[in-house]
Amino acid sequence: MNDTMKDLVRQLTAVQGPSGYEGLVRDVIRTQVEPLADVVRVDRLGNLHAVVRGQGSGLRVMVAAHMDEIGLMVTHVDEKGFARFTHVGDLWVATLVGNRFVFPNGAVGVVNVEKYEKRPRVENFDKLYMDLGASNGASCPVRVGDVATFDRSFLDLGARWVSKAMDDRLGCSILIEVMRRVGNQTPHEIHFVFTVQEELASQGAMTSAFSIQPDLSIALDVTGSGDLPGATPFPVVLGKGPVVRVSDRTTLVHPGVKGWMTRTAEAKGIPYQLEVIVGLASDAEKMQRSGAGSAVGVLSVPCRHLHTPSEMVDVDDVEHTVELMVALLAGLVDLERVG
Amino acid sequence: MERKVLLEQLSNAFGPSGDEGEVRELIAEAIRPHVAELQVDALGNVLARKPGNGYPLRVMLDAHMDEVGFMITYIEPSGLLRFGAVGGLDPRMLPGKRVLAGRSRVPGVIGLKPLHLATKDELTSVTNVQDLAIDIGAEDGDEAGQWVSVGDYAVFHTCFGQLGEAPSDGRSGRVKGKAFDDRVGCAVLVETLAGDYQVEVVGAFTVQEEVGMRGAHVAAFVAEPDLAVVLEGTVADDLPGEEGAPPSTRLGRGPAITLMDRSFVADRRLVDWLIETAEAEDIPYQFKRPNVGGTDGGAVNRSRAGVPTVALSVPCRYIHAPVAVMDLSDFWHTVELLRAALTRLPMAGEIGDGSI
Repeated sequence: MNDTMKDLVRQLTAVQGPSGYEGLVRDVIRTQVEPLADVVRVDRLGNLHAVVRGQGSGLRVMVAAHMDEIGLMVTHVDEKGFARFTHVGDLWVATLVGNRFVFPNGAVGVVNVEKYEKRPRVENFDKLYMDLGASNGASCPVRVGDVATFDRSFLDLGARWVSKAMDDRLGCSILIEVMRRVGNQTPHEIHFVFTVQEELASQGAMTSAFSIQPDLSIALDVTGSGDLPGATPFPVVLGKGPVVRVSDRTTLVHPGVKGWMTRTAEAKGIPYQLEVIVGLASDAEKMQRSGAGSAVGVLSVPCRHLHTPSEMVDVDDVEHTVELMVALLAGLVDLERVG
Repeated sequence: MERKVLLEQLSNAFGPSGDEGEVRELIAEAIRPHVAELQVDALGNVLARKPGNGYPLRVMLDAHMDEVGFMITYIEPSGLLRFGAVGGLDPRMLPGKRVLAGRSRVPGVIGLKPLHLATKDELTSVTNVQDLAIDIGAEDGDEAGQWVSVGDYAVFHTCFGQLGEAPSDGRSGRVKGKAFDDRVGCAVLVETLAGDYQVEVVGAFTVQEEVGMRGAHVAAFVAEPDLAVVLEGTVADDLPGEEGAPPSTRLGRGPAITLMDRSFVADRRLVDWLIETAEAEDIPYQFKRPNVGGTDGGAVNRSRAGVPTVALSVPCRYIHAPVAVMDLSDFWHTVELLRAALTRLPMAGEIGDGSI
């Protein structure tokens, strides 16, 4: 994996973009994809569409990676200057206490829980607060409705990378790299869509798919891994290649798409893993059912510590995912062949 | 004053989810002089169109007509009526309340075993909906069957009224009534449709919000708006025992702007549009506590290729209850804010690659 990719992941994960507030991420991606696409547009909800018109009579393909990340939204600032907040997306209370959050205006806050000296078990957001170092409400640098994300920088561990927003800036980065490598050498009309609000209910994928009406759609995201202490039995591990999804909490993947992915990986000698995951959903659910519907697949990168400030992925998995995606999009698709 | 009468009529009207006809008729009559086209769709939504002066921007204004209520599920041989909840009913609110049931709007009460006979457990716990019954005074099931059938609806029987002394302007003071969620939104929308705007306005009075935003789904699909404002009567919890916790909204502090609720994230550009309008026009406003409740915004926002959406609400204490309380100044400030905001359209700014 080259340093360009690492720099791209580092750059994209550093930007803030909680669900509904993806503008900063979109600006960075737009600069990257503008030279690579025939058409680039932003739709009303803020999805970024980059269309590559290939050569030949392939399918209309939508490939989606989501720009948004989990975060917090301020609900109240009290007279002492402490901020209360709620979650944007599925945030886990246990990851918050003692952690720092940063706002787009540069303000940083420390999260703690009421009566923390008694070490209470925290189950909901009502007892949490954020201390931004303000001496009173008037000097607090944030107001109701401001959004924040984890304040954590990119960590390069050599074979593995760690960031607050691998989910799904890694997917966005991979799509950009795939666009670079594929160029116009594809029989398909490919709509690379960088979607908004996946962490809420995939509103962006749903509305994008409605406007594109693809024949085939693929979600590119991160997924969990089963190689952690005490993990629920789950065969996906870091370093064993991209993950071809069979089913998840909300979607049964089109068997033809699954077969096409695994056949292509085998033909190119790219390692892959299969997953049946019950705890996750992705943009695929909404792409499958929007408008007249489409055949849907999910390709994902194994990721440890999902939805924490330190999401970890394996560098070889990233490269293999790029390679598999390039191979998939460069050739014709036969959805009739299931196996 | 006339509009206060409309609010009174709308509040008193019978209109549980799926049976909004009485509300629909009141609204149709009130808006007909002000709109170019009035359509009732297959689900019962009212879509009212004002073409504007040709500027190609269509704004959907949404308010739901339905209220929470009851559906009769079984008539006991004794004449008591078993029921199920239509929408989110709070079982703590039900015993001892008056209702109107069936097509003949027969009055009834929701009874409960008296204090003298209740066990200690019963006195300290909440009775489930399935253990309650409506008493319409029938001697037996046959007599009850002459008034109501299984599948008939009932709603709270509450008369709209002024609390305290009525200010002479009719634009302030507090009122009580049922179904302010969302008849106050309907009244705001009726009042807004009386204005004239550059942009095209589609007023959507929707059905079945309380059972899952069903009407708004199809209304937004048909209206195909460029942006939408959802009008609501929302939770005000400036109540005793709530000190310290951030209230959802407060009475008398002006219209509440939604940043995010459990059904959607408001488009920040539209939030800023409302804030800028309020500040320019010196209209008070507040933010609704983020992540509380759900609205038609959840359905409208993801319609077709997506609709930037915001919600604007009149704070109401005790919604989804037999009687709610609201401040008329909040109602009028909401109307003023919405009308002023619409007058500012089109304005500079970006919605995707197009301008609003």
